[in-house]
Amino acid sequence: MEKQPQQRANLLQGTLDMLILRTLLYGAAHGHQIGKHIQRTTNDFLQMQHGSLYPALHRLEERGWVISKWETAPDRNREFKYYRLTATGRKQLVVEESQWKQMAEAVARVMWPAAEEN
Amino acid sequence: MRWWQIRKRDADLERELKADLELEEEEQRERGLSAEEAHYAAQRAFGNTTLIREQTRAAWSWVWIESLLRDLGYGIRGMRRNLGSTIFAILIVGLGIGGASTVFSVVNALLLRPLPFRDPAQLVFISNGENHSTQAEQYSDLRDHNQSFSDLAGWSAFYRAGDKELTGTGEPERLTSVPVTQNLFPLLGVEPALGRSFTREECQGKYSAPPAMLLSYSFWHRRFASDPNVVGKKLTLNDQPVTVIGVLPASFDFASIFAPGTPIDVFIPWPLTDDTKPHGNTMSIVGRLKPGATIGGAQAEFNVLAKQLDSQHPERNPIHPRLVPLEEHVSGQVRPALVVLMCAVGAVMLIVCANLSHLQMARMGTRQKEMAIRAALGAGRFRLLRQVLTESVTLSCGGAALGLLLAVAGTRELAHLNTFNLPLLESVRVDRTTLVFTLLATVATGVLFGLAPALQVLACKLREGLQDAGRGWSGSRRHGWFRDGLAVSQFALACLLLVGAALLIQSFLRVLDVNLGFQPERAAALRIDPSFQVSSAAQQNAFIDDVLHRARSAPGITAAGITDVLPLGGDRSWQVSGKGQIYEKDHSPESFIRVVSDGYFDALGIPLKSGRVLTESDRASSEPVVVVNETLARTLWPGQDPVGQVMTQDGGRRVVGVVGDVHHGGPERSGGSEMYLPMRQTGDYPAMQLVVRTVLPPDSLAASIRAVLRPIDPNLPVKDFQTLQELVDKGMSPRRFLVILLSGFAGFALLLASLGIYALISYSVSERTKEIGMRMALGASSGLVQRDVLAKTLRLALSGVALGTLGSFALSKGIESLLFGTTTTNPAVFLGVILLLCAVALVAAYAPARRASRIDPMEALRTE
Repeated sequence: MEKQPQQRANLLQGTLDMLILRTLLYGAAHGHQIGKHIQRTTNDFLQMQHGSLYPALHRLEERGWVISKWETAPDRNREFKYYRLTATGRKQLVVEESQWKQMAEAVARVMWPAAEEN
Repeated sequence: MRWWQIRKRDADLERELKADLELEEEEQRERGLSAEEAHYAAQRAFGNTTLIREQTRAAWSWVWIESLLRDLGYGIRGMRRNLGSTIFAILIVGLGIGGASTVFSVVNALLLRPLPFRDPAQLVFISNGENHSTQAEQYSDLRDHNQSFSDLAGWSAFYRAGDKELTGTGEPERLTSVPVTQNLFPLLGVEPALGRSFTREECQGKYSAPPAMLLSYSFWHRRFASDPNVVGKKLTLNDQPVTVIGVLPASFDFASIFAPGTPIDVFIPWPLTDDTKPHGNTMSIVGRLKPGATIGGAQAEFNVLAKQLDSQHPERNPIHPRLVPLEEHVSGQVRPALVVLMCAVGAVMLIVCANLSHLQMARMGTRQKEMAIRAALGAGRFRLLRQVLTESVTLSCGGAALGLLLAVAGTRELAHLNTFNLPLLESVRVDRTTLVFTLLATVATGVLFGLAPALQVLACKLREGLQDAGRGWSGSRRHGWFRDGLAVSQFALACLLLVGAALLIQSFLRVLDVNLGFQPERAAALRIDPSFQVSSAAQQNAFIDDVLHRARSAPGITAAGITDVLPLGGDRSWQVSGKGQIYEKDHSPESFIRVVSDGYFDALGIPLKSGRVLTESDRASSEPVVVVNETLARTLWPGQDPVGQVMTQDGGRRVVGVVGDVHHGGPERSGGSEMYLPMRQTGDYPAMQLVVRTVLPPDSLAASIRAVLRPIDPNLPVKDFQTLQELVDKGMSPRRFLVILLSGFAGFALLLASLGIYALISYSVSERTKEIGMRMALGASSGLVQRDVLAKTLRLALSGVALGTLGSFALSKGIESLLFGTTTTNPAVFLGVILLLCAVALVAAYAPARRASRIDPMEALRTE
């Protein structure tokens, strides 16, 4: 029972950064929004672990791919920490996306060789 | 944000998490949950916020500093709780690191640091066979005809301490001067700190009256208080005016590099013109290899050149060039001793580590519960490992601080031991390289002795740890073999060190026991060259008579004589032959020359074997005579009575007496042939040393000798008054140095090993309290228990000693060259060391064994 999320998190490890960057392509968002977005878009397949999300956000900020700013949310009268993509973050997204694609294709070729022939 | 903004950043993170958590809670409420339900739902969805914070902080790249500081603070608190063992640990690490750093700084100065010359790797020392010196003519030809060296330079191998007398300015003083070729300093790449080096013209003058001189830095500092205006001044050396043209830099310490133990005051030019070339093998030669040239190639070239020179100039002394890198020439002799010391220090450090490893394991044992709780609260294995290692490294850092203090003090002491005959000793100090070494040694020590306790913590099962807390998991037998191993290895290493130290001590005692051929006790010498120019034999002999009569009249003097060179000093030698004997050029016997007056043999205590000694009546006008030592007598006239024979020297000298051999090269070398010419029959000697034998302590002589000699020479400096014992001690100083250090290390090792086995045995007794109690309840007598504990100790000690003995056999090659009068397998030494170690082990184990025998079975079993 306990092992399940662990496995999912592991699956996510390399790609979480990419997913966050991709989410931020729509515009600035705070941590909660980002998590919710990923969860919703994948029909709850990817359960967002906050223990992974926040470290990832801070790691991305440390690397200069995103910047953060405290801003008042439009629908609530409170401040949240909003993250934004930077120019290098955009470039990084392209890089990670192509890497992911290569990876996915490579895996696909091994897993379903017949499909490749068709 | 940078790492120093940690608080701000932390607060920011907390705010961020709080905002997002509240939002989650709001959303849950909007979905229709009650406030309380929403709160818990949000918490569930979010997970452990403290953990999230921890994990997020780990993403900040500097987080390790923070946690290191925390570990550090934690470690220090723990150490304060265990003040006793902390002080013990810091003390032994400090002593170990102090010794290691001191020895390393010596090794660094003598072996590692490049010589203070330009591109020192290209410098080569060129000796002549067994001799260090070469004839000046040969030097000129070698210099002109070789292709391997960009240049050769030389200095006089026959300068002597106090050759020149400085008068005119202030207190008169005898100076030591070294004649050097004009190109020596440029070749070495030594630029004068002030002024300039010698010009070509300055090297064309008379040998005895140099026009210019360079001051050594230390002399300039001492005599002229570092006054820069001294450059250009005219000073008076041996009644001749000499201009000071410059001061050599502090980094260039000729004496400490080439002639340890004899500080050099000034350098004078050495003219090598055809008229002034010195006779005989007098030059020490150093060369700078051309870029790309190898020493092997140069040696091959010089072999060929030497053959050519020998056949072209049969009248010259034969030459056998032997090329060695200058660094090897300077420090090659001390290398084996330093390697031994370095190994000794390494062994000591290992013992320190083994000792502390055991101590830390015991401490971790009592902290088992604490560690188990931390593990239960989520501390990872790596985290705990780091915690334990941080503590041990902190301990060793504390020790290193103490050790560095010791090393600074130790090196300062060493650098001032200028009576020690070791090269470069004055440049020994704690420099950056030593600091780096100390740091590395400290961290390595900390990790090494912390590793076992750390792994012990990791091996601990969580549940066991929590349940077992009272007893300590060291109660398990898992680590028993490891602890025993620690004690055994300490004994093995201590055994190794003790054997080495014992062999060297024995060698040292043997050296002290060597009959030097003269009696240095109660003998003292003073340089007394006349301050006037000697113009005739009569004038010279009057001076000698005067000095000797006055000296013998001084209170407490039993004998007085004059010599040109003191034992252990000079090595001027001539080829010699008896009348009618013909030897091949290269096979002619050689003999050392001593020019002495009557009374010399008595003053020095050299025994007469046959014939007579020199007397006052052996004068310029009487028959030329000579006294030979036994070796020379045997060499020239084997099986015959040497007295009455004639030597070919100086147109024929009759042998009037035979005296005992003197170990003039030091106690460890046999003396070789020696001949003594009467001083009153020759003017060919470089110095006059008055030697006196006294019934008073030699130190108290200086004033009275000076008083009786003042009428002859009011300028007589008494500072150079030295006892013969000092000379002998100086010759033995490298060996003494080695023996003192190694004995110190061995003693320290013995102490640590005994503490180690004491700790182990007391530990195992307290851990087996229950078992022993049980055995006693079942009828074991207290004597049996005590014997049991002692037997275990002895078993461990003997295993260690066996290993150590095997190790010393294996390593005996390294120490072989340092031994004198003993062998690496001396059974007495080994037996002594084995007995000593076993005795120490038994003494150390006695108290715990006694404690074991007094265990009350009831008491022991009740604690369960």
